Amino acid sequence: MSKGTIHNRDKFLSHIADRLGRERKTDVSRPDWEYQPQWAVYQEKTSDELCALFNENSEEKGTLVLETTMDQLAETVEYVMKTYGGSPMVATDDGRFAEFGLTDVFDENDVHIWDAELGERNIEKAKQANIGFLFSDVSLAESGTIAQFNDRNIARSVSLLPTTYAAIIPRSTIVPRMTQVTARIHKQVEEGENISPYINFITGPSNSADIEMNMVVGVHGPVKAVHIVILDA
Amino acid sequence: MAMKIGEKPFFDRVDDALDDTFMRQSMANAQDGLRGKKIAATEGDEAIGDWEDWRSAGEEIRRHTLENLDYYLEQLSENFAKRGGHVFFAETAEEANAYIQQVAKKKNAKNATKAKSMVTEEIGLNEALADVGCQVHETDLAEYILQAEEGDRPSHIVVPSLHKNKSQIRDTLKEKAGYSGTDQPEELTAFARSQLRDVFMNADIGITGCNFGVAETGSVSLVTNEGNANMVTSYPETQISVMGMERLVPTWEDLDVMVNLLSRSAVGQKITTYVTNVTPEVGPQSVDGPKDFHLVIVDGGRSKALGTEFQSALHCIRCAACVNVCPVYRHIGGHAYGSIYQGPIGAVLSPILGGYEEYGELPYASSLCAACTEACPVKIPLHEQLIRHRQIYVEEGYADKSEQAAMTAFGIGASTPSLFKIATKGAPTFAKPFVQEGSISNGPGPMKLWTKIREFPAPGKENFRKWFKEHKKGDSRNE
Repeated sequence: MSKGTIHNRDKFLSHIADRLGRERKTDVSRPDWEYQPQWAVYQEKTSDELCALFNENSEEKGTLVLETTMDQLAETVEYVMKTYGGSPMVATDDGRFAEFGLTDVFDENDVHIWDAELGERNIEKAKQANIGFLFSDVSLAESGTIAQFNDRNIARSVSLLPTTYAAIIPRSTIVPRMTQVTARIHKQVEEGENISPYINFITGPSNSADIEMNMVVGVHGPVKAVHIVILDA
Repeated sequence: MAMKIGEKPFFDRVDDALDDTFMRQSMANAQDGLRGKKIAATEGDEAIGDWEDWRSAGEEIRRHTLENLDYYLEQLSENFAKRGGHVFFAETAEEANAYIQQVAKKKNAKNATKAKSMVTEEIGLNEALADVGCQVHETDLAEYILQAEEGDRPSHIVVPSLHKNKSQIRDTLKEKAGYSGTDQPEELTAFARSQLRDVFMNADIGITGCNFGVAETGSVSLVTNEGNANMVTSYPETQISVMGMERLVPTWEDLDVMVNLLSRSAVGQKITTYVTNVTPEVGPQSVDGPKDFHLVIVDGGRSKALGTEFQSALHCIRCAACVNVCPVYRHIGGHAYGSIYQGPIGAVLSPILGGYEEYGELPYASSLCAACTEACPVKIPLHEQLIRHRQIYVEEGYADKSEQAAMTAFGIGASTPSLFKIATKGAPTFAKPFVQEGSISNGPGPMKLWTKIREFPAPGKENFRKWFKEHKKGDSRNE
């Protein structure tokens, strides 16, 4: 990214301050909001209950949910490969695949691992792919949503271009709702860290109800979605 | 031209709409469907607690942000530029378009893809880019359909192609895009998918609106279902996001509340399929991200509402919940408003952005039943603002004498706060002689045209009472 620029700001902001009948403000504290209903949602739920909710809400959106365990994960992934068309396939460049013992099954099935150094060729691979494999960084029980902190290695294209996305969801990533993710990002900012350039919340396959309000699944993003939930991770 | 739809006078447009039975039926069906889903996902969803608390939370965040708009815009732009993005503040549509044209020319751009954005409709960006040889491809399914029709315009903020049925869509795509399939929505959608795939990949520029800017990080948040916002922000080398200047939140924590209010109020979803958050990339670049990122922040008349009783209209998050409950919209549809912003919020915003000369009659497109105010997730007192617009319209002499008399009697011509209160209080009483079994059958003055519609509902007594209670609260705040 080139060096940033800002045009016409002072005049524009001074006009706003004028309209608001005061001088420009240079320091504002965000108040402690009187209403904060978001924190109470699903606070009383156990980890088991949150997991059940995540699964239920994923299925409601047409996503296939497969529960598995660490020792059966490779087998589950292989089942997904067979069921959703097999090669060509892609996966994000994510160390967790090795940690979770998926290196062999990826190698054996010729899964293309995103390689930032290969540039545009990765996009071509993702476009052709039947399945894209990725990890969910945080998973939302309320809506069956996966959240990804994407970058040049954990590439967005893997969840977007293949016909099916298959997300690996360690149970420990499941939280009540978006509130817990945005709080984490807000804390990161307060601690002076740079946030991920692409933060994506994805809830099942792409869809539209633009034609006579009929729900159609599979518009520009994936047509199918699979959530592989690892119960003991 | 950009915000305006059609050239006919307002009441002629209403007449046209009333003759269009398909359109009226689809508006009714869509309203019923969307309203039912919204209720199930808001008041009807016990898991999220009291929906009223969420509305209050939304109102609180929006009010604070607007009261400190200069501060948060400075923070947003600072953070965006710090990460290498380019920010352009545009007072007018012309300034915004000129800047974007300049970017397109510099890049020698021939093709741009666009995710659905009302503000780019408002400023007429497609035409501006066409003028410099850059074709804009709409990628939201509804906008794609309207663009294929050439010159068709949105009739609903969230579902812009609501006025078209599947056979009309099939015919349009046959004639304009070489489609040869049936009128099944699945087949039509698959066609759009296949047509647009390469267009996404080959575009020089990706254009988006901005549901919410996040000031603390300089991020652009996009709330969609189709996946097109991800496509538009991933593959073109240059991204341009256009944002109405009021569309931001201070922090990510506030974004959470607003996304929840928007998803549930607009389409009755707990969250939309995609919530896409893009911030200029620091360090080595992604192959599937923009190398050059521009944020264009547009005033376009919005500042006229600041410091006035209309300031809270800028709290709007474009969910269209008010549109989906409006009995007048139900009957006349979106195009009759003559503005890309329809329904109650359109009738409030359009005169602010485009002036009373052009849009001053729109606030009459309301039965003042207050359903809009009750539906609004950020508690904008929409019907009070509609009444206030009518008052200004008469006071400033836009209405002719006979209209003035009718409008005064209609409870809208009062010139002092106390008369205003009496006038609004009197609305159902005034309508009473014309009410038969809950509907107004032969109203006077401006109501005459509306009452051609047999089901036109009378201002509801219960709603009115609730509204009046709110109204009194509002007054005590202001006094």
